[in-house]
Amino acid sequence: MRNPLADKVVEIKPSGIRKFFDIVSEMKDAISLGVGEPDFDTPWHIRDEGINSLEKGRTFYTSNAGLKELKLEITNYLKRRVNVEYDYNKEVLVTVGGSEAIDIALRAMINPGEEVLIPQPSYVSYEPCAVLAGAVPVTINLKAENEFRLTAQELLDAITDKTKILILPFPNNPTGAIMEKEDLEAIAKVIIEKDIFVISDEIYSELTYKGNHVSIASIPGMQERTILINGFSKSYAMTGWRLGYACGPAAIMEQMVKIHQFAIMCAPTTSQYAAVEALRNGDEDVAEMREAYDQRRRYLMHAFKEMGLPCFEPYGAFYVFPCIKEFGMTSDEFATRFLEEEKVAVVPGTAFGDCGEGFLRISYAYSLENLKIAIGRLANFVKRLKEEQK
Amino acid sequence: MREKILSIIEKNSRVDLKELAVILGTEEIEIVNEMQAMEEEGVICGYHTLINWEKTSLEKVTALIEVRVTPQRGQGFDTIAESIYKYPEVNSVYLISGGYDLLVTLEGKSLKEISAFVSEKLSAQESVLSTATHFILKKYKDHGTILAKKFVDEREKVTP
Repeated sequence: MRNPLADKVVEIKPSGIRKFFDIVSEMKDAISLGVGEPDFDTPWHIRDEGINSLEKGRTFYTSNAGLKELKLEITNYLKRRVNVEYDYNKEVLVTVGGSEAIDIALRAMINPGEEVLIPQPSYVSYEPCAVLAGAVPVTINLKAENEFRLTAQELLDAITDKTKILILPFPNNPTGAIMEKEDLEAIAKVIIEKDIFVISDEIYSELTYKGNHVSIASIPGMQERTILINGFSKSYAMTGWRLGYACGPAAIMEQMVKIHQFAIMCAPTTSQYAAVEALRNGDEDVAEMREAYDQRRRYLMHAFKEMGLPCFEPYGAFYVFPCIKEFGMTSDEFATRFLEEEKVAVVPGTAFGDCGEGFLRISYAYSLENLKIAIGRLANFVKRLKEEQK
Repeated sequence: MREKILSIIEKNSRVDLKELAVILGTEEIEIVNEMQAMEEEGVICGYHTLINWEKTSLEKVTALIEVRVTPQRGQGFDTIAESIYKYPEVNSVYLISGGYDLLVTLEGKSLKEISAFVSEKLSAQESVLSTATHFILKKYKDHGTILAKKFVDEREKVTP
C-alpha cells in the first residue's frame, strides 16, 4: 500500500506535554499544576443565555463570519478595552477558539517559503500552524533577563528579506510575560520600517495585573498591519465553548473568512449567543476572576522567595515560570522527578520551545487551598535537592 | 483595601493574616490595623462558622417567621424589633418590605420548642398582629455556599 500520510504532518513533533499527561492520568493521588485553562465555571448568566438560545430553537448556522450582534459587541468591547475601532461588517471574524484564528490567519497570509517569526517560549501551536501553512518558522529566543519580553533588537536581528509575519503572544503562555506600551512602541517601529505584519494573540489580555492590557493594534500605524486575536476562553472561563475572534484589515479578513467558510462554516451558534451576553454583562465577572488570579500570583511569588526558587515577577496570564537551573537538571528531569517523588505535575519549559530549558511552567488556575498543598510539596522537593547538592 | 479584605474573610474568616497580606500585596501590620478599625467601627461584627447541622448528631430545627406588627409612635419598628431579637434563640431579625413587616429566623431543638416560642413569646407581644411560621426542611445553599456539593475538578490534568 502507498504511504497514506503527508510528510509535513508526520514531521511535526508531538507536544511535549503529552508525556506528563499520560503519567499523571495513571497516578491516582497526583495533583496537577499543569492545566492551561481557568478553574472557574463559566458565569451562570452566560451559560443561561446559551441554554436560552437552545430553548428558543436557535440551532441553525449563523452567517460565516458570525452573528451580527456578536460582531457588534466585539467591536464595542475592543473600543472600550483597548481603544481600537473595527468595522463589524468587514473586519471581524468569529472563530472556533483563538486557535482557529491563528491557523487561518497564517494560511491566508503565507506564500510558500516565507518566514514567520515566533518568539519562544510560547504556546505550542504557532510553529505547527506555520509549517502547515507552508511557512518557514523562525524562532526568537526570549530571555529571562528581559522578563521574556520581545525587544526591538531581538526582532531586528531575526528579520530577513523573507520575513512576513511576527507572531506576538502576549500576555504570554507559559512565561506570564506582558508587553507594556513602551515595549510595543519600540518593536512597532521595526515592524513598520521592515514592512512586516503581526498576528497578535491576545487571548490572555484580560488577565493583566499591571495596568490595563495594551494591544499593538492601538499603536499608531499598526492597526493596518495587525491581525488581533482574542476570545472568550480565558477571560470568561469559556474554554469548552470554543469561541474566539480575529480582527484586522478588510483585505486580509476577506480571505480568512473564505478559509473559515470552507473549513468550518461558522462558529458554534449556542456559544455565539452566550458570548453576546458575556460581552454585554460580563465585565464584573472578569474583574472578580482577575482579582482571584492576582491573589494567587502574589502568593506564589512569595512562596518562591521563601523557598529560594528564582522567578521573575510575571504580570499576565495565569502562569509563573520559575528557573531551576541551579539544580543541574534539565526541565524534563526536574519535572519527572518532582512528579515521581512528590506527585505534583508541572510542565517543563521545553514544551514551549528549546529556550524554555531550565524553567518550569506552573499554572495558578487552581484554588489557593490546592496551590498551598502543591507548593508545600514543591518546597519539600527544593529543600531536598538543595541538601543533595551540599 | 477594606473591601478586598472583607470579600476574602467573608468567605474564609480563618485566613491567616500574614497570608492575607501576601495575597493582597500589602504588609501584615496594615491588615491588622484595618481589621481592628473595622471591628471597632462595627463593620466586622463577628467571625462565624458555617455548619451543616444535618451531618451532626445534634437535632436542630430552623424556622422563618413572618411577623406583622403595629409600629409604635415615634419609634417605628425599632422597639418591637428589639423586644424580639433579645431572645437568644432568635437568629436574625430583618425589617422587610412587602406583605409583612419583620422576618425572624429562629433555631430550636424541635418543632415543639419553636411553636412554644411563637405562641407564648412572640404572639404574646402587644404590637404583634399576626405571625406565619415556615419550617426549613432542607438547606441547599447557605451564605453563598452549596452545602451538599463537593468540588470535583473535571479538567484534563495537563493541557497546553
